[in-house]
Amino acid sequence: MERVDARGLSCPEPVILTRKALLGGAKEYEVLVDNVTSRENVTRFAEHAGYTVTVTEAGGEYTLSLKK
Amino acid sequence: METEVRLTKLASCAGCGAKVGAGTLCQLLEGFQTHTDPNLIVGYDRSDDASVYVVSEHQAIVQTTDFFPPIVDDPFLFGQIAAANAISDVYAMGGEPKLALNLMCVADSMDDVTVREILRGGYSKAYEAGVIISGGHTIHGAEPIYGLAVTGFVDPTKVLTNAGARPGDVLILTKKLGVGILTTAGKADIGLVSEDLMQRLQLQMATLNKAARDVMVKYPVHGCTDVTGFSLMGHSYEMAQGSGCTLHIQTDRVPFHPEATEMAEMGFIPAGAYRNREYAGRNVCVAGNVTRAMQDILYDPQTSGGLLISVPREAGERMLEEMHNEVPDAAMIGYVTEKEDADIVLE
Repeated sequence: MERVDARGLSCPEPVILTRKALLGGAKEYEVLVDNVTSRENVTRFAEHAGYTVTVTEAGGEYTLSLKK
Repeated sequence: METEVRLTKLASCAGCGAKVGAGTLCQLLEGFQTHTDPNLIVGYDRSDDASVYVVSEHQAIVQTTDFFPPIVDDPFLFGQIAAANAISDVYAMGGEPKLALNLMCVADSMDDVTVREILRGGYSKAYEAGVIISGGHTIHGAEPIYGLAVTGFVDPTKVLTNAGARPGDVLILTKKLGVGILTTAGKADIGLVSEDLMQRLQLQMATLNKAARDVMVKYPVHGCTDVTGFSLMGHSYEMAQGSGCTLHIQTDRVPFHPEATEMAEMGFIPAGAYRNREYAGRNVCVAGNVTRAMQDILYDPQTSGGLLISVPREAGERMLEEMHNEVPDAAMIGYVTEKEDADIVLE
């Protein structure tokens, strides 16, 4: 599964990285972010692109699992 | 004018989105010793736009300041927007701005032409507002910053605060929302925001709230604030709290740039919007079918946003009619009731 590491980045960079990755058209992705804004924004972007998003949190970092 | 330096690239957050969250600010200011003075009729104790100090029976001084990192690349426009935004706080109190001081931080990568263009922008807006810039202070730093400290005057009996809203009032907003979301989308630099839209946003941000204020003061207005970094929701929350009322916002009447909806759905939402939601969101009741994107727009931090005016219905209707020509985006967006469970009801 393709992984996008957007930790340490602020808006709108994580969305841009995710957008680039999603152009590949895979069915599943994993996106790592480390703040609420990125979590929310990447979730919105992925949902808008037709993916369902599941979020898990560990130690202030979020793993977003994107599935189509 | 295009310059080689892309100003927004030098800034980590843009415009009023750089504002420290309202909740954080309240905590930071807690517990300090201050003098009390009966002539300070608007000040520290309320989260208002400016402080107001009475100097005589008919005159009070209005004081405020605002500055931020570049929200646009064009230095002249950045100067104009920063100045319009800083001066706006005086208009929001019903006052007339008179004097200003430049507040500026110059990054090492900025050349003299860029610095001069920013200042030229500031001076042009000040001139348009009838404000004299009488000096200022400039330092070197990591990121460019520009703004003004502004002094104005107001009749002490006609001061407008965000604490004056009363049941029976209607709410009028004078500029469109969505500026924060759209400038964030523009910052992504992937062609999501057209040149034409960007120009309309810049023009709106650079527009003084003077015309709206000049019409407003002719009517028996109860309360006013300007909608900036804390978003329509944050500023409405402060108005509701300060006034001890509930603000009902009829979301289908709120003016916003329609392009902001899709950009919000795509997640181009500035961090400030989430801070605003955290600050005001708990006291909000969503009564109608208000989409997530529309809510994001309501929480979107605005740079140099419009005035939010609370005025009795009949006067509000006449005011809106008079504003129509010069402030075409002004709209009636809701009404005020006695305090209910929620501070804000979204309908």
